[in-house]
Amino acid sequence: MKWLLVMAMVSATVLSDLLQSHEMKRAGEQSVSARGLARLLQLIAQRRLLILGVACNAVSFFSFMALVQTEPLSFAVPASSASFVLETVLAKFVLHERIGARRAAGALAVLAGVVLVGG
Amino acid sequence: MTNPTGRSSGVMDGPRQPASATLKTYFVLLLFLALKAAGNSWMAWGMKQIPERMSMNPALYAHAMLNPFVAMGIAALILALLTRMALLSLADLSFVLPVTAIGYVIAVFIGKVSLHETVTRQRWLGTLLIFAGAVVVGTTSRNTTPAAAEDPK
Repeated sequence: MKWLLVMAMVSATVLSDLLQSHEMKRAGEQSVSARGLARLLQLIAQRRLLILGVACNAVSFFSFMALVQTEPLSFAVPASSASFVLETVLAKFVLHERIGARRAAGALAVLAGVVLVGG
Repeated sequence: MTNPTGRSSGVMDGPRQPASATLKTYFVLLLFLALKAAGNSWMAWGMKQIPERMSMNPALYAHAMLNPFVAMGIAALILALLTRMALLSLADLSFVLPVTAIGYVIAVFIGKVSLHETVTRQRWLGTLLIFAGAVVVGTTSRNTTPAAAEDPK
């Protein structure tokens, strides 16, 4: 059950973020004013992939909630950081982001930090 | 103040980015971190008051939402989700992921200051690494994909 939850959580997070990032890049720069947030809601309603992304986000959220009720945070947090690695790799190959040496080094430091904080 | 948002789906000219857009990115980042921290704290507080174990049963989740702290937490987390989407419109996913990890640093401080948790040396070291890594990533060019509109799907 524990690993099933982790797998559900990680794959849902990865899919959710890839879909959201892809769609938001397409949508152009958005703002967080009241009007901007309303526009974002409208955008979600109009784009199927964005709806799917938000749905995946919900799956990931509920899996995490269920996971922390039975497992210690020191397991749940590092386990959820698996999505961090997968997403950064997929951001390069699927979203075609350019990940230079500086960004890669920073991301690795963050990853190590997340594991230390959780472990 | 005019808001330069909305229809910038045209061609973006390479790595040069105006300073105002970069400032906006950091502002949206800070807003996201604040909403996420508040949402998580309320949520954690509310969930601790609920006796049942969560399972695949959706009725249990619906019942948990009746707790006011859980409800406030959910509201803040929904706003955080929208704010993060705005952030993803301004910056790469590989930029957003490490810089939003600052949230872990905030969580450690909240645990230390308001819940009086003891923070081990290992955890401080992890916090320091996250912070340093996020700062390094924060200095990279935030958007490396010139208007993804070229992708005909």
